[in-house]
Amino acid sequence: MGNHTITSRTPGVFYHRPSPDADPYVTEGSSVAEGDTVGLVEVMKTFHEVKADAAGTVARFLVENEDEVTIGQDLVELET
Amino acid sequence: MTIRVQDPGLETTVQDTGRLGYYSIGFPPSGALDSFAYHVGNALVGNEPGAAALEAVYLGPTLEFTVDTVVAVTGADIPAFVDGEEIPTWESVAVSSGSVLSFGQLRAGARPYVAVAGGIDVPLYYGSRSTYTLVGIGGFQGRALRAGDELALGSDARDVKAGRRLESGDVPVHPSTAEVHLLVGLHSYRLTDDSLARFTDTEWKVTPDANRVGYRFRGAELEFVPREQPFGAGSDPANVTDCGYPVGSVQVPGGVEPIVLLQDAVTGGGYATLGTVVSVDRDRLAQTKTGDRTRFVPVDLDGALEVRRDRLGALDRIRSALA
Repeated sequence: MGNHTITSRTPGVFYHRPSPDADPYVTEGSSVAEGDTVGLVEVMKTFHEVKADAAGTVARFLVENEDEVTIGQDLVELET
Repeated sequence: MTIRVQDPGLETTVQDTGRLGYYSIGFPPSGALDSFAYHVGNALVGNEPGAAALEAVYLGPTLEFTVDTVVAVTGADIPAFVDGEEIPTWESVAVSSGSVLSFGQLRAGARPYVAVAGGIDVPLYYGSRSTYTLVGIGGFQGRALRAGDELALGSDARDVKAGRRLESGDVPVHPSTAEVHLLVGLHSYRLTDDSLARFTDTEWKVTPDANRVGYRFRGAELEFVPREQPFGAGSDPANVTDCGYPVGSVQVPGGVEPIVLLQDAVTGGGYATLGTVVSVDRDRLAQTKTGDRTRFVPVDLDGALEVRRDRLGALDRIRSALA
């Protein structure tokens, strides 16, 4: 067991959900496979899916929905 | 076909010096936002000055070459790799057929440029290969690159050579607070004196709405001098009667969130122009990213011309040294 942190590849605004009415991509306790989408970052009016770069269980979100994030910022912590 | 796009990155487009001469009929110039990085890239590989290159933002593309060629990565501070080995940036590098150029995580700046020997061969549209994505013209099919696209190389090679390098003292640094020179006017009289001072005193934060069309900033609120609006100006005190917008001009709709218009912006409209970013300083703006800060340093016309003369003089010196 270890921890892995998914970081943002672009600056922008982080979203938990694909659209305001949709369910979140993942919640704490969700298990994710490598390549699964765990959130969105909006920048320049385009949405960029944040993909898990490891498999594991979502331990916690390190940013709130609609927070502004920078490149390299920690977004989601996984237990691997 | 000579370049296969494996991963397009984010809004990677073909750009050159721009589509000049059609502004009066509503055509913005497009073209590389960071003109210095673009021109130096072509000089490094040994292209003619107007050869088309690739402009990316935040994320570099992943490109597979199907021919032996020479490339140069310039612009943002970002690690670049050929077949997984890091290559120097601001230097021309030979790549073999089958090699893959890829990028790591951006360290500073915002836009990497990829110049390739011969330039990117797309059809000329109104005299330019630049992409204007808003109306879908120019560049590669009028749009940003997608995975699977295949780009041909052009015939704009002059003296292609690997190993040309920009002197380290000439490599631009990209501070997280950029300073750009601002020629104040045409409608700066519409702001109160306090607000005009606040505009140039504030470190403005780049919002997520920052692209080739324009950059939107946050950081302060500005007030306009109350007046009875003239005919045709609308009721928002930020409005004037319609006029042409210079490229690089600054407007403040509603007194909040100033916008600097860039090379893909609308050519005219009814917002008061507080000032215009000196053309060569758009290079700096183009290398700021969401979350970075920008200060606008006021200059008069002589000061603006001097900034431009210095910067273009430096580019000429660099091109001569690399030729």
